[in-house]
Amino acid sequence: MKKYEAVVIGVSAGGLVALKSLLSMLPNNLSFPIIIVQHLYYNIKDDFSDLLKGGSLLKIKQADDKEKINSGCVYIAPSNYHLLIEDDKTFSLSIDEMVNFARPSIDVLFESASDAYGACLIGIILTGANNDGSMGLKKIKDRGGLAVVQDPNTAEYSSMPLAAISATEVDHILPLEDIARLIIRLSCNNTKLQS
Amino acid sequence: MNKDYSEEHENEKLEMYLLLEAIYRKYGYDFRNYSRASLNRRIKHRMSISGFGTISEMIHKAIYDRTFFETFLADLSITVTDMFRDPTFFISLRKEIFPMLKELHHIKIWVAGCSTGEEVYSLSILLKEEGLYDKSTIYATDFNDSALKKAKEGIYNINLIKKYTSNYQIAGGIESFSDYFIAKYDSAIMDQSLKKNIIFSSHNLVTDGMFGEMDMVICRNVLIYFNRDLQNNVFKLFTESLCEGGFLCLGTKETVRLSKYSHDYDDIVKGEKIYKKNSKPRLDITHINSNSNIEPVSTGFINKSATIISEAKTKLEELQRLIQSINPGN
Ligand SMILES: C[S@@+](CC[C@H](N)C(=O)[O-])C[C@H]1O[C@@H](n2cnc3c(N)ncnc32)[C@H](O)[C@@H]1O
Repeated sequence: MKKYEAVVIGVSAGGLVALKSLLSMLPNNLSFPIIIVQHLYYNIKDDFSDLLKGGSLLKIKQADDKEKINSGCVYIAPSNYHLLIEDDKTFSLSIDEMVNFARPSIDVLFESASDAYGACLIGIILTGANNDGSMGLKKIKDRGGLAVVQDPNTAEYSSMPLAAISATEVDHILPLEDIARLIIRLSCNNTKLQS
Repeated sequence: MNKDYSEEHENEKLEMYLLLEAIYRKYGYDFRNYSRASLNRRIKHRMSISGFGTISEMIHKAIYDRTFFETFLADLSITVTDMFRDPTFFISLRKEIFPMLKELHHIKIWVAGCSTGEEVYSLSILLKEEGLYDKSTIYATDFNDSALKKAKEGIYNINLIKKYTSNYQIAGGIESFSDYFIAKYDSAIMDQSLKKNIIFSSHNLVTDGMFGEMDMVICRNVLIYFNRDLQNNVFKLFTESLCEGGFLCLGTKETVRLSKYSHDYDDIVKGEKIYKKNSKPRLDITHINSNSNIEPVSTGFINKSATIISEAKTKLEELQRLIQSINPGN
């Protein structure tokens, strides 16, 4: 059994509902951090993390530049910035050009996370109406990480999950409840491996 | 297979180190303390466009082919910018900061990392509308010369004007935005009067020094590209360049609070990352050898400091006597 060090999640249209539901099923003592890119529309200045807080036991916050990444915490990319992960497991923000018409872009997070965590990374693509994230998920998988996609039949918007599935041989295609179960199981494995 | 990948990643880190070292030694541009993840993306991007298999191949090209290096340099400097980006920041400047500048005879503002100039023209417009432009000098600097050239020209794509007009209005613009430029074919040419008091010049925040005594430093969305050490160096530069009570304006996701210079600044507009340099004397307590946890302002602390200072003075006098005895002629 392998020890996983982080979960990255990419989600677009339909994301608020999906994330709220997923996060409400997770306990607050996960043995790894969860890092999320949710596409937002230009100029939305609200802190998306505030919208997610209700109903979840987890510590949810917006990722800050150069912040150290902690286990058990959920981080959300701020709107209008790309979110990247450094090798020393801290965040960097950038305002580089949009990637796949998006900033933050899921590919940008996934690709840098894959560099930082290698095979110890879980990548998850949820509902969305574009194809951001499929290149990043492929990279995670190629480097020995775990690739998970929300079952397109259960996703509010299926094109992002479908694009990810056609780009990579993913490990799991699951509805949200089962994704939550999988996360919990892998987190528990980590704890067992540690003791 | 995973092992190969991690070895590949380690090799790439080494190659990246060598590339940045080579660029620094050969051309003087110092990217060694930039945030690596973003640099990595740009370098990979250039590799795939130019068809290199490894970073090492690119090192060779960058050293021997200056034209290639220039292209690569443009890749590394991210010049994405807007007019009135983050309109609420400009509202705060207008409403809360400018009234405090009104008293000054002459206002000196340094816009560091001005990119292609959109931010500087936004500032000019604001100063003009508040009646401060004529007594202001704006120093607009960047290390990217082609960006700086565009900034000087002040000619922008007309397609962006719609977005800029809306930003301007959200930022509390009181005139008609179309008065500030002339439309010609598909360009918007910024009005000459906005440039009058702007001095554009090349300046590298990593390798160049102070820029003179400023009343305000605006440096937005540049520091996120630097690592912590480099951020500290740049904050040092800004702190030295600002006059007492001067303002420091950073990007929405940047902060002085995690740097060594945090206590030199008070929050003025917190959400917008506008700080004011304070006049508190800096007592570097880390150098005072104290085992007890005395409050910094307690008499114990002051007495202790006094002792240390007087001890240092005695040592200095001893040294001077020693020098005298060795060299009695002087
Ligand atoms: C993303 S742009 C920000 C432009 C503008 N300040 C804004 O917020 O819209 C970053 C700018 O910083 C400049 N820059 C990066 N490193 C620099 C350095 N070492 N010295 C001076 N400028 C630098 C880049 O050339 C680029 O124009």
